[in-house]
Amino acid sequence: MLELGADEYAKYPFMADAGQYLKDKGFPLVKFGTDPDLKPSVEKAFHRLKVSTEGGIYKSELIDGQASKSYILEIEVFSFLLAIVLIKLTGMHTLTKRFALAEARRAEQHLERDLGKASDKSKVDLAIKIIHDLFGIEVIKRDDFFEIPVADYLKHSVSFHEREWKLINRYVKDGKVLLTPEKTVRLIRKELGTYIGSKIINAPTPPMIPGFENMVNELISICKKLTPSYTMTTGEYPPCIKHAIEVLEKGENLPHSGRFMLAAFLLSKGQSVEEIAPLFKNAPDYNQRITLYQLNHLAGTSGSGTQYSCPSCEKLKTQNLCFAIPECDNIINPIQFGKKRI
Amino acid sequence: MQENNIKFLEDTFKKYYFDHFDLIRVPNRTSEREFGFQKFNSGMTRHISIKDDKELHLLLMKNTPSDVYCSNACYSFPNLPMNEKDWKEADLIFDIDAKDLNLECRKDHTISKCNECNEISTNVNNCSKCNSIKLEKKSLPCKNCINSSKNEVSKLSNILIEDFGVQQNDIHVYFSGNEGFHVYVYNSQFQQLGSKERSELTDYIMFHGAIPETFGMKKIKPNRSTFPDFDEKGWRGRFSKEVYGAKSKRSKIITELIVNGYSSFQKTLDNLSDKIGAKIDPNVTMDIHRIFRLPGSLNSKSGLTKVFCTDLTKFDPYIEASFLNEKLVEVIANCPIRFNLKNTKFGPYFNEKVSIPTFAAAYMICKKLATIS
Ligand code: SF4
Ligand SMILES: [Zn+2]
Ligand SMILES: [Zn+2]
Repeated sequence: MLELGADEYAKYPFMADAGQYLKDKGFPLVKFGTDPDLKPSVEKAFHRLKVSTEGGIYKSELIDGQASKSYILEIEVFSFLLAIVLIKLTGMHTLTKRFALAEARRAEQHLERDLGKASDKSKVDLAIKIIHDLFGIEVIKRDDFFEIPVADYLKHSVSFHEREWKLINRYVKDGKVLLTPEKTVRLIRKELGTYIGSKIINAPTPPMIPGFENMVNELISICKKLTPSYTMTTGEYPPCIKHAIEVLEKGENLPHSGRFMLAAFLLSKGQSVEEIAPLFKNAPDYNQRITLYQLNHLAGTSGSGTQYSCPSCEKLKTQNLCFAIPECDNIINPIQFGKKRI
Repeated sequence: MQENNIKFLEDTFKKYYFDHFDLIRVPNRTSEREFGFQKFNSGMTRHISIKDDKELHLLLMKNTPSDVYCSNACYSFPNLPMNEKDWKEADLIFDIDAKDLNLECRKDHTISKCNECNEISTNVNNCSKCNSIKLEKKSLPCKNCINSSKNEVSKLSNILIEDFGVQQNDIHVYFSGNEGFHVYVYNSQFQQLGSKERSELTDYIMFHGAIPETFGMKKIKPNRSTFPDFDEKGWRGRFSKEVYGAKSKRSKIITELIVNGYSSFQKTLDNLSDKIGAKIDPNVTMDIHRIFRLPGSLNSKSGLTKVFCTDLTKFDPYIEASFLNEKLVEVIANCPIRFNLKNTKFGPYFNEKVSIPTFAAAYMICKKLATIS
């Protein structure tokens, strides 16, 4: 692991081992419940969490990544660690997710700023080292840009849908992709969140700390009000799927790509091969054995063992299988259809 | 295929593997690869693992396969079913095939065999005898086909070296044994990439999915200074050379591009794929579980060898990939197009009995244009 200075811990508190850090500083957890001097840290932790449930990032007291007073530094680090303790005590998974995301965004801002610091080499080196230690990516600074091996770039960018992230739209040279500090950090955003999330998940759950009960209860009730961001399935199938089913029901020919889409869609909705197979009965070239074989192949129960996923809307558009309606706005795959964002 | 044709090809292939085993390139990490083979007139046997040269030799002698394959991937257990193999990594492979290049010359050397009445003709749409449209097409690729494929190989190598930092000597080019080339990349940073990532690589190589912004064109207030320079590296440089033509025309063309606007620019980019993108088969590169024809083995579609090309520019498959023996055999040949093998001209033959060397007979029999008499 990295050797970090105190300021660095304040910016990247997830780099610290929570329990150990507090112990090293000589603060047993129970003291935070009662000691009035430690109260500001606890309050800050609570605030930090609350802000994250609202989708925001709390305002830290660091100025340009630096603490003006040592107690500020302490509050910054302690509040992060205590927030984890609070999360563990609530046992709410939503809280983990939201907090990890907010903290990732916060760290992202610092990383981006540090990487962009032309004057301060040590800050740049630290940011580079964090990226390397956490995500195994070798980043090299070259003028105003950062070079990342093409393979590493691809591993992180394949899940991005914006066309600007396609390799073809990047500056590629000698096996490296050139990125700005902003893009470099954006590349690992998801992993940063996952990393912080896994830290929380793996942290031990302490016994209830006297003095924390009220905060814990309040957090639980906040969480209960938060429904997961995607809910309320209307139960309606997207137009492309409805169309495919209609074609089959009429006994007309659905191209192979259409059958693939339909089967992959229904499989991903949890239907079984046996449930899906009859749909294809009316197809002009229906053959039960072949259909079952192909469906099993799609489902990953035979053949290569990989389950095929439903093609994206973009792909279906090119195959003339898309019949978009307004409800299709903002979705990238038919399986997202009908789930409302809250 | 008829019994006597199969017997002839089996004997010929067996002799080849006996005489030319040295041409076979057993891949490194042999025991981690999956092997497979096909026999004449029967299906595929795969999920085979082999320790070394000797075992491979034995397999070839025992089975007289029509085709032999080996995975580009390395597995912990290459002989288990697919989902239990435990995939480790795979060499990066590209397939360039003359038939995907849409060349003008193709119709001049394509023969169709009618599935209904067996009539052979140069008519590619329907049988000239019974009018059936169930035709099996056979192509005898010409010089132009081979040269155009070579050209795509050099475009590809260029991108691999300049953009992806691959070492020249880690790129191995093989003639496929039929109509194209297989390009293998070893020791690259891409060994461990999965299908999705490899598919991004193919889009890059084929120049697919480029957006105007990448080449300096913006929707609002485009700025001349962001357009590519003539000598830039990578796609921006290749774009310049293709679109500006010459350094001196850069300024004038940029003005035109800006005047024509964003969506016209996008169209220009889309059209460029065909010209400057390397024409590879993306599905081959994406597939990290595929088995590929083994280097040095025979291709049963032609009787030619999948052979390593030391000097691509000089390479002539009809001289350097033909290794079958010269013993004369009698065949009934029905091959309306003339072809060249080992510096000898053959055909055209119109359903006639001829006595020709084994290598030429095998070529036609593999293409189903002749039978042993
Ligand atoms: S936008 Fe997507 S979901 Fe809607 S019809 Fe098209 S493919 Fe189907
Ligand atoms: Zn016919
Ligand atoms: Zn040709």
